[in-house]
Amino acid sequence: MTVTRRALLAGTAATLAAPALVRAQGSGVLRVGEVNSYTAQPAFTLPYRNGWQLAVAQVNAAGGVLGRKLEVLSRDDAGQPQNATRLAGELLGDNHADLLAGGFLSNVGLALSDYALQNKALYVAGEPLADALVWEKGNPNTFRLRPDTYMQVAMLMQEAAKLPAKRWVTVAPNYEYGQSCVKWFKQMMAKVRPDVTVVAEQWPALGKLDAGPTVAALEQAKPEGIFNVLFGGDLTAFVRAANTRGLFEGRSVVSVLTGEPEYLDPLGDEAPEGWLVTGYPWDQLKTPDNTKFVEDYRAMFKEPPRMGSVVGYTLIHAIVAGVARAGATDLPALIKGFAGAQFDTPFGSANFRSIDHQSTLGAFVGSTALVGGKGAMKDWHYVDGATVMPTDDFVRNVRPA
Amino acid sequence: MPEPRLIVTGLRRAFGGQPAVSDVSFTLDQGEMLALIGPNGAGKSTTFNMVGGQLRPDAGQIRLDGRDITGLSPRRIAGLGVGRTFQITATFGSMTVRENVQMALLAARREFWRAWRPVRDQHAAEAAALLEAVGLLAQASRPAAILAYGDLKRLELAMALADKPRLLLMDEPTAGMAPAERVALMQLTRRLASGRRVAVLFTEHDMDVVFSTADRILVLNRGRLIASGTGPQIRANQQVREIYLGTGQTSGGH
Amino acid sequence: MGFLLSQALTALASASSLFLVAAGLTVIFGVTRVVNFAHGSLTMLGAYVAWTILRHLPRDPASFCLGVLATTLALAALGALLEMTLLRRIYRAPELFQLLATFGVVLMVQDATLHIWGPDDLSLPRPPWMRGFVTLLDQRFPQYDLYLIAAGPVVLALLWLVLNRTRWGRLVRAATQDREMVACLGVDQRVLFTTVFALGSALAGLAGALALPDGSANLGIDLSVVTEAFVVVVIGGLGSVPGAYLASLLIAGLQAVGIVVLPKITLVLVFLVMAAVLTVRPNGLLGRPVAAAAVLGAQPPVRPSSPALRWVGVVLLLLFVLAPLVAPSWILAIGTEAAVAVLFAASLHFMMGPGGMPSFGHAAWFGIGAYAAALSATVLAAPMPLALLLAPVAAGVIAGAFGAVVVRLSGIYLAMLTLAFAQIVWAIAFQSVGLTGGDNGILGVWPPGWVASPARFYWLTLALCAGGTLLLRRVLYAPLGYAIRATRDAPARADAIGLPSNAIRVVAVTVSGAAAGLAGAIFTFAHGSAFPTYVSIPRSVDALLMVLLGGVGTMTGPIIGALAYTGLSDLLLRATELWRFVLGAAIVALVLLFPAGLAGAFAGRHGDA
Repeated sequence: MTVTRRALLAGTAATLAAPALVRAQGSGVLRVGEVNSYTAQPAFTLPYRNGWQLAVAQVNAAGGVLGRKLEVLSRDDAGQPQNATRLAGELLGDNHADLLAGGFLSNVGLALSDYALQNKALYVAGEPLADALVWEKGNPNTFRLRPDTYMQVAMLMQEAAKLPAKRWVTVAPNYEYGQSCVKWFKQMMAKVRPDVTVVAEQWPALGKLDAGPTVAALEQAKPEGIFNVLFGGDLTAFVRAANTRGLFEGRSVVSVLTGEPEYLDPLGDEAPEGWLVTGYPWDQLKTPDNTKFVEDYRAMFKEPPRMGSVVGYTLIHAIVAGVARAGATDLPALIKGFAGAQFDTPFGSANFRSIDHQSTLGAFVGSTALVGGKGAMKDWHYVDGATVMPTDDFVRNVRPA
Repeated sequence: MPEPRLIVTGLRRAFGGQPAVSDVSFTLDQGEMLALIGPNGAGKSTTFNMVGGQLRPDAGQIRLDGRDITGLSPRRIAGLGVGRTFQITATFGSMTVRENVQMALLAARREFWRAWRPVRDQHAAEAAALLEAVGLLAQASRPAAILAYGDLKRLELAMALADKPRLLLMDEPTAGMAPAERVALMQLTRRLASGRRVAVLFTEHDMDVVFSTADRILVLNRGRLIASGTGPQIRANQQVREIYLGTGQTSGGH
Repeated sequence: MGFLLSQALTALASASSLFLVAAGLTVIFGVTRVVNFAHGSLTMLGAYVAWTILRHLPRDPASFCLGVLATTLALAALGALLEMTLLRRIYRAPELFQLLATFGVVLMVQDATLHIWGPDDLSLPRPPWMRGFVTLLDQRFPQYDLYLIAAGPVVLALLWLVLNRTRWGRLVRAATQDREMVACLGVDQRVLFTTVFALGSALAGLAGALALPDGSANLGIDLSVVTEAFVVVVIGGLGSVPGAYLASLLIAGLQAVGIVVLPKITLVLVFLVMAAVLTVRPNGLLGRPVAAAAVLGAQPPVRPSSPALRWVGVVLLLLFVLAPLVAPSWILAIGTEAAVAVLFAASLHFMMGPGGMPSFGHAAWFGIGAYAAALSATVLAAPMPLALLLAPVAAGVIAGAFGAVVVRLSGIYLAMLTLAFAQIVWAIAFQSVGLTGGDNGILGVWPPGWVASPARFYWLTLALCAGGTLLLRRVLYAPLGYAIRATRDAPARADAIGLPSNAIRVVAVTVSGAAAGLAGAIFTFAHGSAFPTYVSIPRSVDALLMVLLGGVGTMTGPIIGALAYTGLSDLLLRATELWRFVLGAAIVALVLLFPAGLAGAFAGRHGDA
């Protein structure tokens, strides 16, 4: 990993040092201006960077795109949206990037999207999950790869609605992502299961979960089902306290993203069993696409891929597909090319919907299990993103004209 | 004969049921220097702080030029023409000597909310005159923080005079000074005060200073006024002699 | 009933955890008077070191205790090393410079930890005895929490014994009360301070290690722990160990109740408690007054700029004005950033330097200005000039109201209350999605067409920020500025010459808040958006760093500091992935080399600034 990082730095330095004239447009290089929270969110962004580096190597080995070599100019926003927009300005203005990409945090994604609209550039978001990115705050210049919070909850809901539990509690970090997930859960549940009630809600501050009292308060509500949105360090602390106190015993648990290796692995042998989750069973998915991806990835980085790796990898392939379909790199052509562009992912084929520029990349829904003292997904199946989108009328309603 | 500048009648104050000052009355004429003396715990500071407004009396009245100032805040009292110096010097360390006096002049004229014209040339001549009067003009541009102790005392005096006070309260004005400087400072005070018709009330431990500069002396003991009069009268007072000689102290000094 | 008992016991366990972190901080502060921002980093290292050690040990209770003990000793050694290499050299520096240096350590430890242990959360597999529980009135209660409940009072008792029954402890207590006295008694202060720092660090390590079984070692521990620990220490009273335990009980108890009654308020709760306690007891529950003057140290007189310096200023300003004609757009972006930083730093300096009121939460006013501008542009559909006017008004009014409440506080307590207020503003911005959009922010706040081009907006920014900064300077040279300094230098004298000290201090906070609000509003239009990150702790720290780097004692300091800091951090962010480490090291080096700030160093050599 150190080697590649150094190579990357060298590349960046060379770009900075080269005179502006040499870097002018049409020099036979397609430049992707990429911004992400590398130092602030290393757990996601380091596998993510590996993913896109692998993809860039593959694309260039295959001759690039439109006869041009693909180059990613990567910048660190340190987790601050205001840095992201500033760096985006530099990438477009000084480094002549042809389009913008990246983002992990929703606010960085939204800031870049708004910046792209304002400055007439194309932006392809990888990870940011906020619904608003393609709906309320959506704009023609923005495309997004990952299934958003609505889709994540909707994927779970197909199975969750079949659970016998009627009394539910929710626990979510108190910020936009958590609030959005809980909102969709309650709305969708109310629609398909009028007999369900949410009897308690817990809203710990992000990164500051007071696990004991939270678990006790949930337990006190005597729920039959638990909807969880916690992740990362909060999730570890929550699961440990809940395991000891027996919160999960005899209860259904539905949990967003917990099947992703990023969040499942740190739980170790305390990974819960029988949770209904979205995630990525990287070592069990034996499709040719995924097998090749995993092999290539492990060959290059000597570690297994994470969900972030898939996002970084797929982001590049989606961009290449979009640019190839556009045939040129001016904004109108790019928008036209990306809308409806089909691309291959380790999960299978996906495309950017024309109506809201959301990709149809899906996720795997299954239940958690303990295999060899580690958390894993079982009984999983792929849910195509296209199957969990809201109706076109709904989208047209929330999306600004 | 005009009305006395300060009339204090029946002043009383207790702390936690323990009387600190009981029934103290005195008057002070303009241009007069009145010393307040007594052993430790006699109630000097309490009396002093009631006149200055730092303490509120339980009973009694304080009149300044006929106006009742009992229980007003220190700032109101200052605004009515009562200047004061502190036992431990308090000047503005981040300003020069001149600026300290300028600040006092600006405060006296309620001009401190002004936020545009630089202080540099505001009231500069008047500040110079005051500094000249206390003999600090040569040091006007030095930072106040590096002044010698005696000079700081004189700076405080200049600042206290900036408001053209009617009454000057000086709490242990010579504490911490070399004996030679003490009398000099109080003689300077005396000169400035009588020239400006300022009444001066001061507490003091150094009996040499008291007897050489005060017009009249008040002696407090255990919260009560036991004697008042000129230097020779006080020296002759049997009760005073007992208090001081009885405790083996002739010139305080602690 | 069982639930109440369980919540009460859980609160006791949380109180113990809080106390363990806070105890070390308060012991260190009590003796050395160092506000150790790196205490959270030591706790974080405690968790990581414990993870490394315990992973290699058997999982029985005895081995666990052994591992925790080893961690504690390791952290004690690390603390001693930190004291001997860094803190020892800066005891004479004013408190806030020490804070600055320890913040440099925070940055360095962040990157060092990331590179030693990697980005992933590290959790320790729990053996059965750690997962065990007891059943109390039908409620399962974790056995490990019972041990934690005991740990707090045990440590409290041990500390009490050490402090009251040993010669070393008596010296520590004497030093807590009167440092000079201990020096006079011929005690080797250096050994005393090193051992105290080692003890405090050991407690931090213990806290980190004991928290590991309930969660994980992760990179977020440092800042989240240090703010909580500060709050506990301040509520308890700086330097008071029993006070820290009392405060821990108070906070943990209220948290346990709050989670049940108002689950969404937990983030704000601790800060509300702190604000309430400090309003009633300005020195905390069991604290004694701390001399305020030490926060900044004695200040030199303020002289008008020398002609040479004025020329430098004019040339610099001219360069900034002409930049758009030649410079590439990224220079303009940084120039905008730097101009805003200068105004922001100057506003903090106004309050902290001449006003003598340190603020750890200056981002509050910046953020209020940013959100006021964003909301008036989006909700009220106000044109940009009106939004730019409303923002400083809003920030100034709120700052004035805040100032009126806290005007009696001083020094570190005032600083902590500003931090509390900023955290409350942040929590509102972050959690009230309906009003502020939460962390997704308010978007689309772009300048109108006539200043939309980068060069034009840059010029507007430059005009407003340079104008605002010069206006602040002007005020400082005018009677109001002198009056503000007068209330700082000698409050009793200020009263005696008839200055309304409290009103003047409130005005100083108002002006400072309004200027910061203007900076925030400009920033919002520059980036087209307002985000909770504008109100975050790092942003407040940025402002502190800029002012302290430049030097508090001079009027030029904040300008130099802001330019140097913006340039330095941008350069580092571009140049290296280890930018935090290098920035931290640079801060530490600057504090060691120029304890009076950059402008202060300049002034020392040229007698003027």
